Amino acid sequence: MFTRLLNWVDDRFPLTDTFERHLSKYPAPIGQNFWYLAGVLLIVVLVIQLISGIWLLMNYVATTEDAFASIQYIMRDVDYGWIIRYMHTTGSSMFFLLIYLHMFRGLLYGSYQKPRELLWVLGWLTYIILVAEGFTGYVLPWGQMSFWAAQVILSLIGSIPIFGEELLTWIRGDYLISGITLNRLFAFHVVLLPLALIAVVFVHIVALHEVGSNNPEGIDIKKHLDEDGVPLDSVPFFPYDVVKDLFAIGIFLIIFCFIIFFFPDGGGYLIEYINYEEANNLKTPDHIVPAWYYTPYYAMLRAITFPIGPLTAKFLGFVVMGGAMVIIAFVPWLDKSPVKSIRYKGLFSKLALFILVLSFIVLGYLGMVTPNPLRTALAQVFTATYFLYFILMPFYTKYEKCKVVPERIKI
Amino acid sequence: MKFLTLILAFMSLQLFSAEGGPCGHFLSEDGLEEGKCEEFKADHTDKESLQKGAQIFMNYCYGCHSLKYGRYNRVARDLGIPEDLFQENLMFGDQKMGDLMSIGMDQSEAKDWFGVAPPDLTLETALRGTDWVYTYLISFYEDETRPLGVNNKVYQNVAMPNVLRDIQGLQVSTCKQVPKLAANGGLSQDPLSGEVITEEQCGFLQIEQEGEMTTEEFKESMKNLTNFLSYMSDPIKEERKYIGKFVILYLLIFTVLSYLLYREFKKDVH
Repeated sequence: MFTRLLNWVDDRFPLTDTFERHLSKYPAPIGQNFWYLAGVLLIVVLVIQLISGIWLLMNYVATTEDAFASIQYIMRDVDYGWIIRYMHTTGSSMFFLLIYLHMFRGLLYGSYQKPRELLWVLGWLTYIILVAEGFTGYVLPWGQMSFWAAQVILSLIGSIPIFGEELLTWIRGDYLISGITLNRLFAFHVVLLPLALIAVVFVHIVALHEVGSNNPEGIDIKKHLDEDGVPLDSVPFFPYDVVKDLFAIGIFLIIFCFIIFFFPDGGGYLIEYINYEEANNLKTPDHIVPAWYYTPYYAMLRAITFPIGPLTAKFLGFVVMGGAMVIIAFVPWLDKSPVKSIRYKGLFSKLALFILVLSFIVLGYLGMVTPNPLRTALAQVFTATYFLYFILMPFYTKYEKCKVVPERIKI
Repeated sequence: MKFLTLILAFMSLQLFSAEGGPCGHFLSEDGLEEGKCEEFKADHTDKESLQKGAQIFMNYCYGCHSLKYGRYNRVARDLGIPEDLFQENLMFGDQKMGDLMSIGMDQSEAKDWFGVAPPDLTLETALRGTDWVYTYLISFYEDETRPLGVNNKVYQNVAMPNVLRDIQGLQVSTCKQVPKLAANGGLSQDPLSGEVITEEQCGFLQIEQEGEMTTEEFKESMKNLTNFLSYMSDPIKEERKYIGKFVILYLLIFTVLSYLLYREFKKDVH
């Protein structure tokens, strides 16, 4: 009976074929470690965000009069509305934490090298969409920080020479941040950006399954195949990797739920305290700080304190901030190393990656605190080292001494 | 080498120093720290404290400050106050139990009277923290230079009158002799007599004339009030933690089982 049904479907839709191609016969390299879990967890968080988002949408009101109150309505009057909201707020921070880990894994094991260049660029695109999604979502609760963060970030567009002000007014839809701005950011947040995100993530996975997963050794497992053409150093994704992922999801959900139920504010990092006050365009907060996952870029923005010719410092800061995100996309063509994994790269690559991570963390801290001359100077230094990691990559990867990569994966 | 350490010390000070305490000009009892709040940790399981806090709020604060995101019946239920008692003693006017706790005062008129409209307080402790709110409440003092004759150590030149004066009494900002600190951080002593040298320091709060409550009773009341406000900002807190335990327990079982499954399959991989 079941076989007949399956055959009926298979004649009309490649069900068995798809299942085999992407799950039961998809070769997952052996020896994948902790860093390889971020990908599946990102999918989990994406689903959490979509579902909790839909339920929030049922009660959220996107008007300047009612947005703030509707959040409190969700928190107090909607049955278990607080779980849904905390899922969404915690989920957004987790999304960024995991995507940073996922990107770091890519850099660590050279997961962007040929033939995975397009895979990397697609992943980068999901990150950029996520940045926009996070920003638009942050404005919706219409608290003080929502309003002023939107004010600061959107005003950057106004710093573009010649037509900046007109462009800003066009994007904002008004001469200041208003209900019109809120409405369009809302439309982006719940329709345009999630659609784009799902589409790009789907294509990202299609690309991954075309070229196959990398591994910590950076060994090409397709070089050694058995008589059926299956890589020797692989196991079928289903069930082997699926049960591993299930275990990882369990641990992740324990952390996730611990935050939701016992620590939902995250000490002011997951929900900023200033956002408990409704937006007020006449009252500027003392410190305007973006959410933690943007602070490295915010520090770069503030680090540029000098104009060059007719270009204002603010515009240059905007360019540097944007450049810091864009430059990530070019890594596949900047890395000239003959080997993929950091395990077989030379000392310079290791040092460079360490400096990148250090710069990102220090900038993240500097973006959270109020600037003073020393902090600004440090932000300038670490902005420079951040960019040097990328700009010097063609040189240090080319001229360093690499170790010989083994033929097979040993575990 | 010493020079280098000095520079490093200076740099770390610049890097990690916070900018002043959150509590304005509030002076600790020993006069050593300015701007540090008195500590108060809320306890939403203490129903008695919450009830007393609600009583103070409804009698002294609710004329001007709304709790407009909360509802009467929710407060009555969570605090264990029977609805009829709640209606008789804690509600004024013709509002219904299911209504939001908003107030009748007109916002623009209120702005004319006080300079700023009294803010809604539902989320005040979430915004500023319980330490700040408690310290603020006990920090009003007489100040002839202000339009309402009163000022606040935590929130300088606040527009709010001291509505608690009847129960607190007359509090003033005074000076007193405090031990002088030596350069090494210890107390300076007179080299001959060995007595501790003192100096005058100003800004201490002192009750000059007691009100309806003793100082201790008043502070206890303000703790209850802060506790109640903390409950209002996060009414689900206790239930959230209660449910959370079962969620974590379930996930622990799930994770252990999935680990066992993973271990079984791992045996196949050589």
